[in-house]
Amino acid sequence: MDWQGQKLAEQLMQILLVGFAVIAFGIGYTIGSFQMMLLIYAGGVLLTTLITVPNWPFFNRHPLKWLDPIEAERHPKPQPSVVTATSKKTKTSSKSHQK
Amino acid sequence: MHSFGYRANAVLTFAVTILAVICTIASISDNFNSASPTAEVQVSNINWFQKQPNGDDVVGLTLNISADLQSLFTWNTKQVFVFLAAEYETQQNSLNQVSLWDGIIPAKEHAKFVIQTTNKYHFTDQGSNLRGKEFNLTLHWHVMPKTGKMSADKIVMTGYRLPDRYR
Repeated sequence: MDWQGQKLAEQLMQILLVGFAVIAFGIGYTIGSFQMMLLIYAGGVLLTTLITVPNWPFFNRHPLKWLDPIEAERHPKPQPSVVTATSKKTKTSSKSHQK
Repeated sequence: MHSFGYRANAVLTFAVTILAVICTIASISDNFNSASPTAEVQVSNINWFQKQPNGDDVVGLTLNISADLQSLFTWNTKQVFVFLAAEYETQQNSLNQVSLWDGIIPAKEHAKFVIQTTNKYHFTDQGSNLRGKEFNLTLHWHVMPKTGKMSADKIVMTGYRLPDRYR
């Protein structure tokens, strides 16, 4: 999963869970059934898990472009321009070398 | 969100947090329900009224209990426990409570009922204070919600009197 995919997965998870909670509470309160609320919410959690937990292809549409080894040898010290090219993901950049 | 385990953990913890929030809101929504229960009890017969060998008075009654507790039920109510207590005053104690009958109401459909019953539990006084005693019959109930705090209330019915003599 690439950086954009991780951000998308987190946002999807939060929006889907809150959305299902609102729907479940609304329906449960309207028809007066606590059980129905829990069932709808459980279904929502299951669906959210299926959508956001596996590493689906649409989370991998923005692969990182690493420099060629030859290019890296030519510039032994990372240049500031290389850093800024990926700097918009600075929030999670501490893990960048794991992927 | 970089690994399968991390995402699974995030979904689980966030889902449980939201579950706690909706349960809290469900509990709060109970406050919008205004309950107006009614109850009426008649003592249709004093079956027996004796002094036990140990000196305690004991009474057997036939009770006619009718109650409508449907308004106590909301979508967040699991069950209602209801019991009928005889309450009276003696010289030693300002309040004596003797439970005569109880029941569990599992659903709103059963919350309106009329039953004729003898007292399920002994109406015994610790002493011999019951002859000619004025007493109240109080219908207590405890509402047990699915989530949230239990609540209790009661209806006091006055003007009952035991006979002056054993029979």
